[in-house]
Amino acid sequence: MALNSRTPTGPLAEKWDRCLDQLQLIGPNRKPKFRVIIVGSGLAGASAAATLGELGYKVDCFCFQDSPRRAHSIAAQGGINAAKNYRNDGDSIHRLFYDTIKGGDFRSREANVYRLAQVSGNIIDQCVAQGVPFAREYGGYLDNRSFGGALVSRTFYARGQTGQQLLLGAYGALSRQIHHGKVRMHSRYEMLELVVEQGVAKGIITRNLVTGEIERHAAHAVVLASGGYSNVFNLTTNAAGCNVTATYRAWRKGAFFANPCFTQIHPTCTPLNHPQQSKLTLMSESLRNHGRIWVPLRVGDERPPQEIPESERDYYLERKYPAYGNLSPRDIASRAAKEVCDEGRGVGAMKRSVYLDFDDAIHELGSDAIASHYGNLFQIYHQITAEDPYKVPMRIYPAPHYTMGGLWVDYHLMSNLPGLFVIGEANFSDHGANRLGASALMQGLADGYFILPQTLGHYLAQQKSGPVANNSEAFRASEAEAIEKIARLQAIKGRTSVASLHRELGEIMWNYCGMSRTASGLQQALTEIEALKEKFWSSACVCGDSNNLSQSLERGGRVADFLEFATLMCRDALTREESCGGHFREEYQNEGEAARNDRDFAHVAAWEFCGDEIPPLRHQEPLLFETVTPSVRSYK
Amino acid sequence: MNFTFRIWRQRTAADKGQLVAYPVSDISSDLSFLEVIDTINETLSSRGEETIAFDMDCREGICGACSLVINGQPHGPEKETTTCQLYMRHFSDGETITVEPYRADSFPVIRDLVVDRSPLERIIQAGGYISVHTGEAGDANATLIPKHQAELAFEAASCIGCGACVAACPNASAMLFVAAKVTQLALLPQGQPERLHRVIRMAETMDHEGFGNCSNHYLCAEACPKEIPISLIARLNREFLAAALVGQEFLEPPHHSVHHE
Repeated sequence: MALNSRTPTGPLAEKWDRCLDQLQLIGPNRKPKFRVIIVGSGLAGASAAATLGELGYKVDCFCFQDSPRRAHSIAAQGGINAAKNYRNDGDSIHRLFYDTIKGGDFRSREANVYRLAQVSGNIIDQCVAQGVPFAREYGGYLDNRSFGGALVSRTFYARGQTGQQLLLGAYGALSRQIHHGKVRMHSRYEMLELVVEQGVAKGIITRNLVTGEIERHAAHAVVLASGGYSNVFNLTTNAAGCNVTATYRAWRKGAFFANPCFTQIHPTCTPLNHPQQSKLTLMSESLRNHGRIWVPLRVGDERPPQEIPESERDYYLERKYPAYGNLSPRDIASRAAKEVCDEGRGVGAMKRSVYLDFDDAIHELGSDAIASHYGNLFQIYHQITAEDPYKVPMRIYPAPHYTMGGLWVDYHLMSNLPGLFVIGEANFSDHGANRLGASALMQGLADGYFILPQTLGHYLAQQKSGPVANNSEAFRASEAEAIEKIARLQAIKGRTSVASLHRELGEIMWNYCGMSRTASGLQQALTEIEALKEKFWSSACVCGDSNNLSQSLERGGRVADFLEFATLMCRDALTREESCGGHFREEYQNEGEAARNDRDFAHVAAWEFCGDEIPPLRHQEPLLFETVTPSVRSYK
Repeated sequence: MNFTFRIWRQRTAADKGQLVAYPVSDISSDLSFLEVIDTINETLSSRGEETIAFDMDCREGICGACSLVINGQPHGPEKETTTCQLYMRHFSDGETITVEPYRADSFPVIRDLVVDRSPLERIIQAGGYISVHTGEAGDANATLIPKHQAELAFEAASCIGCGACVAACPNASAMLFVAAKVTQLALLPQGQPERLHRVIRMAETMDHEGFGNCSNHYLCAEACPKEIPISLIARLNREFLAAALVGQEFLEPPHHSVHHE
């Protein structure tokens, strides 16, 4: 099947305008006759729901949390990029576009990324108008900083809480539309199934998490803004509730899943301290500007760090990558940390962390200077670990943080199923094989405020307006599936906690489908996942009633989906026989450098579900670079 | 470390709940408070029993989902800390720890430790925003905001909506929560056109949802994990007074200018 990306023709800089000029419009009187479902209320979902409500559509927005304000976008720290060139340092839309597509190791669609850079400035304008308190300078103008190795200062920020402030801005806009009756908010609701009639998305099946009621919701279009799937690894920087269920269930109903193996692992997170640990917290990457990363030279060196002399320390990043040293890119730094820990040279109680040492920087610059840079981060670290980084080296470990893969969408952000749109982290489109810092917030808001509200209107203009029915055979069948899955979960009546099964899945994925992958490891993972699935369906304890709040049932359903989805990730990683971005296949390297293969893999892999017993089909969307020439990076 | 957790169990909103004791032993002091409840839940699972329901999500103190009253204090004994950021090293070995849901008429219990905080949503819906459509905004640097003022607005905006202020207050007042949003928007030039109207609508909704009034106990600011200062309540009162002086009839637009769909 040929995938039509509906990318407009013409010069790159004119594509979005050309597209906008050709979109069909809907008159203001007709808009209220269309109903749109949005699943998720993070930056993408909340901004889309608010904007569609403002335009006059009837919107139903769903989130599993008790309030839309709690979506995990709230935890994003760093900042948001925009090509404003306020600093007069040579930034432009083209440069932001180029940095983003290069950061993605040339595995994303040129036209989509260019459009993202084009609307980036509007996002900042919008957020400021909403009252988002970005950092400012003494003159009252907005402050910018350089982020993630960028040569220009284009990142806007609100201390270390940029995600929180942007989400609260979108939440305010959403709340206003709820107040005006344009958006119906369904909090503590989870989407269990997508309803597809003759290849067209018609609605969703949900569970009311408080009453347990299974409900049918019909609409003229369904928008998934349900975030990423990092939690397949169990221990991540994501919130506990983040899950793949909405996108995975849509995949089973025919939506293609693109590049599921593209995940991002962040090198500087809090360490693993004990087996019951439920969470790894992101520590800003900026720490690597002054900290030196090392482990003991010798396996089994149990001495405290202060007692290990210089000659017995291995500053492995400085040794292996002398040019970039401790500032080597995220994927290289992450991989190297796992390697030394796998060799048995990791530190800490679980031997799963490496030192990030500020001793030299404190001697050179003084602890006041270090405090002015990192005071807040040192405090967070101290709170979590009870160790004082001014006195003993910090311990860090990499953790899954973001997923670039997601449901396949075309230039209109519509999946291959008409009527199903996918925005934010849930789609695959803009970050290729690796996401550039400060671009996730940008993408979520670009999709929700500025892109989807235009392209969705074009789709709706071609549909019949008016009431939508939820009594078709497709609704009945999807509802039956959802009910049957709950019944199956409850029928297991085992004694193994879902949490421990999730931990086991996380171990498998971390070891074989994490930052360094091999064909044999991935085969091994596929075998182990099958066994774990059997263990889950024969011994999991999913107790509690289905007609009441049951967190055990919620997690059981999510982990069951992660188990199946994990197989798809491994298959994708197995068939992508190259190393690119965050995807490193050990067989494809030049002495440690990722060896990308543009001849055979300059394409998007879009997977089609073919049934439980039949392997999924892998389709390809070739990536054509009309404007940029894919370059090869070297950090040696 | 060893502890006895006395945890509130209540099957449904209508049921009468009770405290149930759960002993936990050989716990590392590095465990977070919620990880101990996870551990208890794993034990319950291994016995085929229903797990303890509690709200949480990000586990890094920013989403505001976690709640709990721990030994009588919302978010527990540590200052400026959410429940998810509490660690067992903050407690003494052998201690009995009582864990209850937020207690406030406006926050009915849904199950066990989970309460319904949706009244806070409706307060924001009543006016906790600036009315701007997507696309209307002018250039971001066209509006200058003094750094000091932007930082004060930021501090007020750092409220995570967890509701600890309500749970801590003997009157179950939501005034600190309302004050934080009113202050943020009143400090910014973009917030001026709706300033008077906003405070009235939010305060009225707060009353309507059954929250009590402030009688200066200051426990809200004590419990706030984000250090929202008590002085914001004074500002809220001033904002409200200013709006009340103008009078309702001058705040509502004249009837003929209202468009109905």
